[in-house]
This record gives sequence, structure tokens and C-alpha cells, in this order.
Amino acid sequence: MAVVDQSKIRNFCIVAHIDHGKSTLADRIIEKTGLLTSREMQAQVLDNMELERERGITIKAQSVRTVYRAKDGEEYIFNLIDTPGHVDFNYEVSRSLAACDGAILVVDAAQGIEAQTLANVYLALDHDLDVFPVINKIDLPSADPDRVKDEIEDVIGIEAQDAPLISAKNGIGIEDVLEAIVEKIPAPKGDPEAPLQALIFDSVYDPYKGVIIFCRIMEGTVKKGTPIRMMATGAVEDVVEVGYFGAGQFIPCEELSAGMVGYITASIKNVKDTAVGDTVTDNSRPCAEPLPGYKKVQSMVYCGMYPADGAKYPDLRDALEKLQLNDASLFYEPETSIALGFGFRCGFLGLLHLEIIQERLEREYNLDLVTTAPGVVYKVYKTNGEVIELTNPSNLPDPSEIDYMEEPIVSAEIMVTKDFIGSIMELCQERRGVYLGMEYIEENRALLKYDLPLNEIIYDFFDALKSRSKGYASFDYDIKGYELSKLVKLDILINKEEVDALSFIVHADSAYERGRRMCEKLKDEIPRHLFEIPIQAAVGGKVIARETVRAMRKDVLAKCYGGDITRKKKLLEKQKEGKKRMRQVGNVEIPQKAFMSVLKLDDKK
Amino acid sequence: MDALKKEITAKSQKYRAYEVTTVFIGGGTPSIVKPQWIKELMELLSVCFTIAEDAEISMEMNPGTVAEESLAIYKAAGINRLSIGLQSAKDEELALLGRIHSFEEFLSAYTSARSMGFFNINVDLMSALPGQSLTSYRESLERVLSLSPPPEHISAYSLIVEEGTPFYDAYEKGELMLPSEEEERLMYEETEKMLREHGFYRYEISNYAKKGYECKHNVGYWRRENYVGFGLGAASMVENVRFSGETDLEAYLANPLKEAEETALSLEEQMEEFMFLGLRLIRGVEESTFCELFGKSVEEVYGEVLDKHVKNGLLCRTDGRIYLSHRGIDVSNYVMSDFLLS
Repeated sequence: MAVVDQSKIRNFCIVAHIDHGKSTLADRIIEKTGLLTSREMQAQVLDNMELERERGITIKAQSVRTVYRAKDGEEYIFNLIDTPGHVDFNYEVSRSLAACDGAILVVDAAQGIEAQTLANVYLALDHDLDVFPVINKIDLPSADPDRVKDEIEDVIGIEAQDAPLISAKNGIGIEDVLEAIVEKIPAPKGDPEAPLQALIFDSVYDPYKGVIIFCRIMEGTVKKGTPIRMMATGAVEDVVEVGYFGAGQFIPCEELSAGMVGYITASIKNVKDTAVGDTVTDNSRPCAEPLPGYKKVQSMVYCGMYPADGAKYPDLRDALEKLQLNDASLFYEPETSIALGFGFRCGFLGLLHLEIIQERLEREYNLDLVTTAPGVVYKVYKTNGEVIELTNPSNLPDPSEIDYMEEPIVSAEIMVTKDFIGSIMELCQERRGVYLGMEYIEENRALLKYDLPLNEIIYDFFDALKSRSKGYASFDYDIKGYELSKLVKLDILINKEEVDALSFIVHADSAYERGRRMCEKLKDEIPRHLFEIPIQAAVGGKVIARETVRAMRKDVLAKCYGGDITRKKKLLEKQKEGKKRMRQVGNVEIPQKAFMSVLKLDDKK
Repeated sequence: MDALKKEITAKSQKYRAYEVTTVFIGGGTPSIVKPQWIKELMELLSVCFTIAEDAEISMEMNPGTVAEESLAIYKAAGINRLSIGLQSAKDEELALLGRIHSFEEFLSAYTSARSMGFFNINVDLMSALPGQSLTSYRESLERVLSLSPPPEHISAYSLIVEEGTPFYDAYEKGELMLPSEEEERLMYEETEKMLREHGFYRYEISNYAKKGYECKHNVGYWRRENYVGFGLGAASMVENVRFSGETDLEAYLANPLKEAEETALSLEEQMEEFMFLGLRLIRGVEESTFCELFGKSVEEVYGEVLDKHVKNGLLCRTDGRIYLSHRGIDVSNYVMSDFLLS
């Protein structure tokens, strides 16, 4: 393969708020650059996981290389690097951005800038990317491109007057975008002769090739046979294949050199060895130092996952193992619950990540799961000087051994239209938010800044935000750090027995309220038994709320004659089936969904 | 009627070898059709089947649809047991229930039946009806018990609002003035107490009779004896094969002979039925019968379930019999569902 002229390469990504049209624009770029026939085009080429398409977001960053013949008559290579669009994956986003030289900012012509737009564009600017805006959905009746242009200039401070006005959906203005890419995004730099220095921005596991590393070559050249080393994890292997990304396929090539984006395979068995952000170098001629910005991914949210059918425990273990092959940010370790039996404590980047994994386990691996309330990682400082990172409320030491506790705090930015500022501020207050300030971005919209405890936003904050702003609020956050907090463990006792899987850590001031609501909810979920069942919420052995499930008085079929027998049997079968889906705690049978329904205790609807 | 006759004539061929000990003409309100038809039906049955000399031959009756002449014809046709769907002796409650008859009409039908020589009569009563109170229910019971002579058999059902019925929709909307659970239980207890005092003994969850007047036909269902049903959607069980007829009226009329899909019961299913049907009877099931039928002891198959429910006081196990306790009857579904094996 001929040496590629660096000046003809453009490495870029698209940043946008969810639903502003990022994936659609990516599709149009791929289409217009003509490397694919329309037959090969799936509706959205970049999002090739079924789940992603349904949720309308991109989970795993993917990339594609296309060739564009520009108006100047030259052929340019476009490496479009896709970035996940959710705050849970902020670190992955930052590594993808680091692999680019520029970014296209897509802003909805009607909605204007949103919280996520800001977060992403600042992230891009932080990485010294050249950002140019395009205004999408200009064919909407409510489109107001001039207002949006002003907003971009005022709020973000980048030139927007000559931004292409497009409709990605209807293919309007795409040529302008392609020309702008050539014109406004700088060509990569880097010396092909220098020692190899490549940034890993993603990796996937393939059962035949092993791990496929997605990387941007910053310096040097890599080809088949190069002995490579991951500088952070230390893994060493010989390169088996290098190549670039066709749409939906891997296309092998001779070599990848400075400025190029592509993939490397080297018979690596585990994505843990190819951590995102790590630097690949030539083991026989290593670079002086790794690229900056590598961080070990940390789970922010934990929950217990148990198979509904205890016998499926090995299946769950295998499924988690397989998912982890492709998702180094998924953490799991075995744990046992008195109520739920054998299962796993799993760690996630955030609640969305948790939900995605849960759905994939259920859908792709056909598992029926019971999930315990998600919690964050608390720091427990014991009186003996020991510090515990608590991921399972059941492991909280005795209160007498605890000196103090800390919880993770996030800095949140919420963008909201004027009418809903009051109700959103109220929500943040309820969630123990600390008000930091407010800026008006335009006459009608403001950016609210709050510090919020992470454990207050992982349950249903997003839902509450949407419902209290009629969908007009958008939200983004960053982990700020740990702060001292007055936390207690709330225990639930059913028929006087503590149900470990229902315990959770909560701020002392909200314990009563949450306890009360948990009891109410459980009262509705637990069927009547032969005896009366007290449901209690307790903190440190002291009962703070109570409900009662009354005893079953009658459960009898009055008539059962010749024509009723088959029906009667069906009824009994249904009843028996119901019993099977119960978890026995002491002598009380608790339906599995009771464990989950208590996760959503949303207040005002 | 023609379709029914065709069906009976054709299908009865298979059952030549059986002796029929009970006949039950039911399924709603057979008293609504011309009495002559009942006579023809009985004539046909006695031609097609071998009916025992002392067979119990019952017929269901709606009190609002019976004339004295009809009763004479029934009697002549060989009917020897009547089951009258009174439900309540309170006209307001009957109206809420959507019944067309009044207590007055019942009285005249009952008196006529007695005078025609029917000496085995059942009366259906219902508790937990919309608008019913403990007092009004007690009055219904009293009125029936003070009939002269009182019926030999009383079926006392507690209203169960089932999904998919108009009642259920009304119930969901909160439009039914149903008695509270507390009241319902009091009515239920009252039934047992009053009937006992009047010499009725309870032999099944909802059935009470004077000694010797148990409904043999229904007991047959609970003891899993063979039965053949004719008519729209009629269910049958012969030699452990269950089947039921066409349920669509048009289709039935066009082809009453259509063979229904059969379900041959596995040994396990037979055991399950033996238990959950047998436990409806107050005397329960005999352990020895189980053993004879299935070649296994009850202990071997159901030991764990039996222990569980004997321990929690829902089942009794004495003298080789297994039966529901007083409390066990109240929650019998809960107990019976544990006897399903798969």
C-alpha cells in the first residue's frame, strides 16, 4: 500500500446532544463519501448493536474510514471516530476525542444548545480540537438557525456565522459539511519514523482474532510482526494484523503510520489488557513515555445481580464473563445473599451502563434477573484507622466501629427553560443539592449549577428531571470527589427478619421518608400469607416505619363440577407458578419483583 | 334439540358396556325449554344407555321458568331430583344479581314440586352478594330452612367475582356494593352453623345435605368417576381421558358429532386430580385408594407437602384419610396448588 500523505487525512468526531442527529449525520457522511453502496447501508451504520438502535444512543465507540474526493480534486481519507453520547461513558469519550484532530458540533436548529452539548464541546476544546458547528434539522418548522448561531457564539465562543445549515435526515447541506471537514479540520502530525506511540480508544473482543485494538497512531509505524507492549498494563504480543475500519467490517492493510486511525490484532485474550487510554508502543524500540491522560476505569455504581432461578447461577457467571470480554468497565465478583442466594456484586460506570448490561443479560443471554437497589461506593473510615470502600450495604461495619463516612459528590449542570427553574431547583434541594450558581444562556434558558450526592441521582433523578420540566431540562455531571456525610444503613425487616437484599445506605435525613415509602411499596408487592406479616424499616435496630400485610382469609373456589376441572387445574397451576417465582425469607414468600419495584420510589409524578 | 339427539345417538355407541348410575340435566336453565323436550331427551337416553334402576336423575331449574304442568312431565320423564337456583330469598338482591325470578315465584315452584312428588330437592344459595348484609343473608337461610318440608340439599356458594365477566368490570370500577371481607367471613360461618343446627351436614366445600341425600352425580366428579357430557361445550372424562365438545353454537349445530380433542391424563396428572378433587370433599381422600390406583403410597409422592400442611394446620391426616382442616377449607386453593407435581 502506498504511503498515505498525512496532509490528506482528517481525523474527527461528531459531538452533539442526544437526539440532535449525530448518528444520522454520520450515516450521511459515509453515504456521500461513496465507499458503500446504499445496499450495504443499514439505517444507521455506526450503531450496529441492536440495543443501541432501540435506545437511540451509541454505547460503544466505533469508527469508520471513508474516502472523499473534494472539490479541489484531491482524495481525502476521513476517519470518523464515534463517541458514546452519555455521561456514564465520559472517560471513553475523552479518549476518543484524544484520537481526533477536530470535531463537528451538531446543534439542533430548534432546540439550540443543551447541557450535554456544552459538556461535550468543552471536552473537545479541552483536547485542543478544532471545533466547527453545523446546524441540523433546519427543515423543521420551529427551526431558528440565526438564534442558534448567536447562541453558539455567545455561550461557547466559537465562530458560527458560516456554519453549514443542514438536514441530516433529508440529506440537505451534507456537501458543505464534507468541504468544511477538509477545510477546517487540521491534518494530523507525527513522524512515521519515530518510536511507536499509539493511543487505544476502544477495543472489542472477537472469538477468532482475539482483542481488536482501536487506536490512533500518534508517532511511528506499526505493522504485522511488530512486538507491541501496552505501557500501562504491560501486556506484550506480536502484531498479527493491522487495518482500518470499513463500515461494519475490518479491512486489513500493510501498516499504520503516524496520523492514521485503525486497528491492531495480536492474539490478546482479554480486553483488560488493552485498557482504553493506554499507549501501545514497539517493545523493541519503545517511546520515551506514554501518552497523557490514562486513567484506570472505576465503577461508580454497584448493585447485586441474582438469577431468578438459582440453578442459573453458572449461566449468569458465564454471561458476565463474556460481556466483560468486551467491556473492561464492567466489574463483578461473587456474593451471597440470605434472601437471594448466590449472585454477583456488579460495578458499573453509571446507571445507564447498569441498565444496558442488565438488558443484555436478559435479552442476549436469556436470563431472568433479580437486581438489588443500586448504590454508590462509600468510604467508611473506621475508628481503628482502616478505610473501607463499601459497595454492598450488608458489609457496613457495626456503627460503633465507624468514625465517619464519605460519599461521592458530582458537579452537575442542568439546562432548563425559565418556566421550570423553580421546580428543578426544588428537586435539587430535595436531593440534597448544594446550589452553586445560575447563568442565563439566553433570555429564556438558564444553566443551573449544583453539587449533588451521586447516590441521589442514580435512582430516578433523570426521570424526575424530565417529568418536572416536561422534558425541557437537560443534565450532565462530573465526579467531583468525596465529602463527609451523615449516612445510615436502612434495613427492611419482613416478619421480623432482616432482608439483606433490601438494605441500603441513605442520608440520615431522608431515612424516615424512604423507609416509609419502602414499607408501603412492599406492602403492595407481598401477597397475603396465612399469617399477618409486619414490614418494618429500621435504622440501627430502631424501627422507623411499619406496614402490615394482613393474613389471607380465604382462597377457595366455590364451584368445581365436571366442566370446571380443567379450568381449576389451570388456576392451581398459575398459583403454583407464582409460588415458584417467590423468594423465601424466613417463612415469608417474597415475589422477585418486590426487590426491584422498590428501586423506583419516585415522589411527585 | 335435533343436534343434541344426533350427538347422543351417535356417541353413545361407545358406552354400551357402561351402566349409568346418575344423570344430570344442567348447564344453565334447562327448565326454559319445552318440557316435552326433556321427556324426549330422557326417552332417548334410556334407549341409548343402560340406566340403573335406582339412578339419580337430576335437573336444574330456574324458579322463574317453571309451570306446574312442566313439573308433572319431568316427573313422568323419570327426573327424581331437582336443583333450584334460588340464590337469594331477597328480591332486591336477586335484582342486583340480574335474576329474573322473585322469591314468590320460587315458593310456588317449590310447593308445586313437593306436591308433584319430588322428594329430593336442592336449593342454591349465594353469599357475599352485592347489597347483601349478614342480616339479609341470614334471612335468606331462614326462609329456606323454614320451607315445609325444607330441601334435602343446599348448595351455598360465596360469590367470586371472576375476570372477564360483566361483574368484574363493575367491581373494578367500584360499582359493586360487595360486603367487606369481614362480613363475607361471618356469612360463611353463619352458613355452616345454621345448616348444622338444622340437620344438614357439610360434605363438600360448598355442599350441604341431609344424610343420604348427597348429590351422587357431583360426588362422582370429585371421586374421578367416568362421565360423558352432551351438548354445547360439554366436558367428559372416560377412563382417564378428558375431552370436551364444540363450544361454538353455530359449529355445534352444523356438526354435533365433531370429535373433540382428547387429553389422556398421565399418571401424575391423575394423582394431582385425585388429590385436588378429592380434597374438596370434607371427608377427603383415602390413602389406601391412592395406593390401589397408583401403586405408590401417598407418602412417597406427597410426603413433603402433607407434612408441610399438616404442620401448618391446613390438612388433617387421621385413620388413613387426608382431609382439609376447617382453616384449610378457607384457603383450599393455596393447599391444593401444592399437590401439582410438575
